[in-house]
Amino acid sequence: MQAATSHLNATFAALADPTRRAILARLASGQATVNELAEPFDMTQPAISKHLKVLEGAGLISRDRDAQRRPSRLEPRRLAEASAWLEQYRQFWEASFARLDHVLEELKPKKTRREKSSSR
Amino acid sequence: MLFYPESFKVSTPTDREIEIERDFNAPRQLVFDAFTKPELVRRWLLGPDGWTMPVCEIDLKVGGLYRYVWRKESAGMEMGMGGVFREVVRKEKLVATEKFDDSWYPGEAVDTTVFAERGGITRVKLTVLYESKEARDTATRSGMEHGMVAGYNRLEELLASFNATA
Repeated sequence: MQAATSHLNATFAALADPTRRAILARLASGQATVNELAEPFDMTQPAISKHLKVLEGAGLISRDRDAQRRPSRLEPRRLAEASAWLEQYRQFWEASFARLDHVLEELKPKKTRREKSSSR
Repeated sequence: MLFYPESFKVSTPTDREIEIERDFNAPRQLVFDAFTKPELVRRWLLGPDGWTMPVCEIDLKVGGLYRYVWRKESAGMEMGMGGVFREVVRKEKLVATEKFDDSWYPGEAVDTTVFAERGGITRVKLTVLYESKEARDTATRSGMEHGMVAGYNRLEELLASFNATA
């Protein structure tokens, strides 16, 4: 359940902030420069840059090193890993409950209900 | 043998909770036992194949401790968690804290398990409640994520929007 935990910590920490999630949502529709991102969020460029740094550190986005405008783009792989976490959670319980079905079946009295009521 | 795997549901009712629901074809007493007797718990609370539960200790009373350790021999992996029972209503309800040894969220979460029987079928509803929003914000500042569930709700939308444009 906890494979790649440290990766996920960084990813979820980055996703904890509503502005950063909004930035990712914006980037989902195409790459954007700091300028383009700052505008709709009513934030200063340094503030946006700070968020981008966190997202980049978590591997959620990448930025072009060479281009002057350094547009940011979404890196979907890490997002997929994060969504896999809840999927793991689901798988853990689904597999466990399937086993529980059989344990419960075993726990039931071996006699049928009819026999049980007549024996009492 | 009649099982109800299709009744299994995972949802995120609020930004602090995860909820799991499942129906079992057994009376509530048996289901409650299966959730609270170590010799039974260690037989099913194992997740995917390959895991065992070398440690399963349950002191079923208010203030009592429980401790689970899972091991995957083939991968040399081990993980542990435990907590304290806050409420124990036989056959009906359990409330306990949970904390993983190597936790990816700070503080403790609180698990509430409710057992409801209807016509010989027991519905189990397990709710994991993470700490306050304040705790979450503190957690965010400390670099650990507490709002992962809230984040996940939006993540779904985000992924959907990405898929739509990819």
